[in-house]
Amino acid sequence: MIEEYKSQLPLSIFEDAQKELKNHKLTKKQEKEFFDKLLESYKSSRIDPGESIGVITAESFGEPGTQMTLNIFHFAGVVELNVTLGLPRLIEIFDARKEASTPSMEIYLDKQYNKDINAARKVAALIKETKFRELAQEFSINIAKLQIEATPNKKNMRDLRITDQILLKTLSESIKEVSVKQNKDGTIVLKPGKEIELKDLYKLKEKAKDTFIKGIPGVTQVLPIKQNNEFVILTSGSNLKEVFKLKEVDKSRSVSNDIFEVLKNLGVEAARQAIVNESLKVIQEQGLDVDIRHILFIADLMTASGTIKGITRSGITSEKESVLARASFETPIRHLIDASLVGEEDELTSVIENVIVNQPVPLGTGLPGLIARIKKLDGMKNG
Amino acid sequence: MEEFNILEHNFVPKHSVLNKKEIADLLKQFNISIRQLPRIFANDPVVKALNAEKGAVLKIVRKSKSAKEAIFYRVVVDA
Repeated sequence: MIEEYKSQLPLSIFEDAQKELKNHKLTKKQEKEFFDKLLESYKSSRIDPGESIGVITAESFGEPGTQMTLNIFHFAGVVELNVTLGLPRLIEIFDARKEASTPSMEIYLDKQYNKDINAARKVAALIKETKFRELAQEFSINIAKLQIEATPNKKNMRDLRITDQILLKTLSESIKEVSVKQNKDGTIVLKPGKEIELKDLYKLKEKAKDTFIKGIPGVTQVLPIKQNNEFVILTSGSNLKEVFKLKEVDKSRSVSNDIFEVLKNLGVEAARQAIVNESLKVIQEQGLDVDIRHILFIADLMTASGTIKGITRSGITSEKESVLARASFETPIRHLIDASLVGEEDELTSVIENVIVNQPVPLGTGLPGLIARIKKLDGMKNG
Repeated sequence: MEEFNILEHNFVPKHSVLNKKEIADLLKQFNISIRQLPRIFANDPVVKALNAEKGAVLKIVRKSKSAKEAIFYRVVVDA
């Protein structure tokens, strides 16, 4: 009997009620009465059709927004990574900017790696993008022999677990027409295959410095930290696709703060979740309190079209049917000119356009039209 | 190497494809046409993983902080 209420109530309320019922001995009849009351009070606490929830959400974000820090450069707690927080981050999320200003990832590790710091460092070394520049102490140009010489930094190479062989092989593969050799004293020599000018040798030197050796492209910084009894790697720079290829990573929990990257790799539902989590993080970090339903609503709205649309004139606002509604947001003249060029019509079905033309708005009690069904009178033939 | 199944990621809620009857019931329940449903692109990683075709309706059971479970629907459309 209780089951029929299950589909009508939210699961959390239903389960709480069931738990509570166990503490009291109720007859079947009382139980039914209890659930009927519960259902009634749930239904009466729902938002009514025609309620303008968008405005309420906007207010709920707007007021705490005035209290947020405007300073972009904040360091999250003890962590030395630079992460955009506060109002700038919130704007970035809701505008759906394609490029996050500080992309970063939170990489969880498999059980066998997340218990001690050394194992975590080992994985971190795999992830960090490493260029030749970081593995050599000194780059010099030997003018007499027209070649480039570099002294490897043994310590860095050991930390990043790169052997001389790997280094030589990667270098000769990625720089064309150059022979790579190692002298007996450990110096790495890059000699161009054919005679080149000194000017080009300088260019070659700069190119060699930027040669990608190993790691994940885009990840410029890695930081293993302890979080709830396990080691987690925070990164600066984001590349989820490559991280998912590593076997040491617990992929089901690893996330990026770049919402478009989540969209690309995990789909629109995951992106919605990312929007919720990221904005919640900002709000909580600032010590503010916004009801989660407002955040859920914005996230649903932004992802309803299958991709992420920001709350901007090029995003969800551009999808509004009414010309006047679009014009009332930003750049009104452009919208009006564009609309008049193609002869758009405005049906005045929504709120803002009715405010503009001074008519009752379809909100709350203004929403339903009244239809009266008049009983046919006796003797009338055509109703 | 084995590729990671994105359906196992914590951020990805449970998606399932509705059959014809379920779609009809859904549209009737909310009194809407299929075009009014929220969308999901055919090239979305989850749609690809499920092998859902264009026009299919996905039932999504999200974990929710306020209601524990929340059900959502999306129709598969061309990107």
